[in-house]
Amino acid sequence: MSPNRGATARKVPPPEAAPLFAALGDTTRLSLLERLSADGPLSITRLSEGTGVTRQAITRHLDSLGRSGLVRDARRGRERVFALEPKRLEKARQYLDHVAAQWDAAAARLKAFVER
Amino acid sequence: MTAQAQKAQDRPSTDRIERRFEVRAPRARVWRAIANAAEFGAWFGMKLEGAFAGGATIRGRLTIPGYDHLTLEMQLERIDPERYFAYRWHPYAIDPKVDYSTEPTTLVEFHLEEIAGGGGTAVTIVESGFDRIPLARRAEAFRMNHKGWEGQAKKLASYVA
Repeated sequence: MSPNRGATARKVPPPEAAPLFAALGDTTRLSLLERLSADGPLSITRLSEGTGVTRQAITRHLDSLGRSGLVRDARRGRERVFALEPKRLEKARQYLDHVAAQWDAAAARLKAFVER
Repeated sequence: MTAQAQKAQDRPSTDRIERRFEVRAPRARVWRAIANAAEFGAWFGMKLEGAFAGGATIRGRLTIPGYDHLTLEMQLERIDPERYFAYRWHPYAIDPKVDYSTEPTTLVEFHLEEIAGGGGTAVTIVESGFDRIPLARRAEAFRMNHKGWEGQAKKLASYVA
């Protein structure tokens, strides 16, 4: 409905970032990453606890994160244990580049402001 | 510099951003543009309620088009006249539905130095503490802002051209 919607959909994100941030664009997946980031490698059982989301749904989200390279899993006995993939998460460094770009723009405005 | 310090410097940091640039204006003028809340707001793009003072928390509303529904808070840290100005805030606190108050803040520091021979002022801006911001939040902010900053960059380019 919104006139902006089409424009947003057509917007092309940086190629590398696209699947990464698509995988992150979900509150359940974000909270799974937060859990793994805070508590280290965890089993599906542990990751499902207290989420109010079924184990099957959690597994699907973890598989989606795995396809984006954000997490990796290993078998430990009969359990699958998931861990963050630190290399891939270095992509978050792109965030800093954006904050830096913001400061570059602000610095240019400050410079223009005091030099005029 | 020790080998260890050198190594730390070489490692790309995910925790801090540092920008140094020079302006053709006296240090007192640059200081006023930073330490006076009305002037800070004028170039930064926000309207601040109140005056900057060490230890104070002041609120502002962004005036940047597309972000003008957002308010933010600056927690003033140390103010050392004409030399150093520091505050804390929640970086990229851009989703009005999210309560950022429990999340860690980053520290923003301005360092001013006179350039010898009346050559103007060197300004260093450092924002640090990003490693304490939840990774998922950083990624989310990036995703939400991608479009906005592109627009900002274009606007700035046409402004300075």
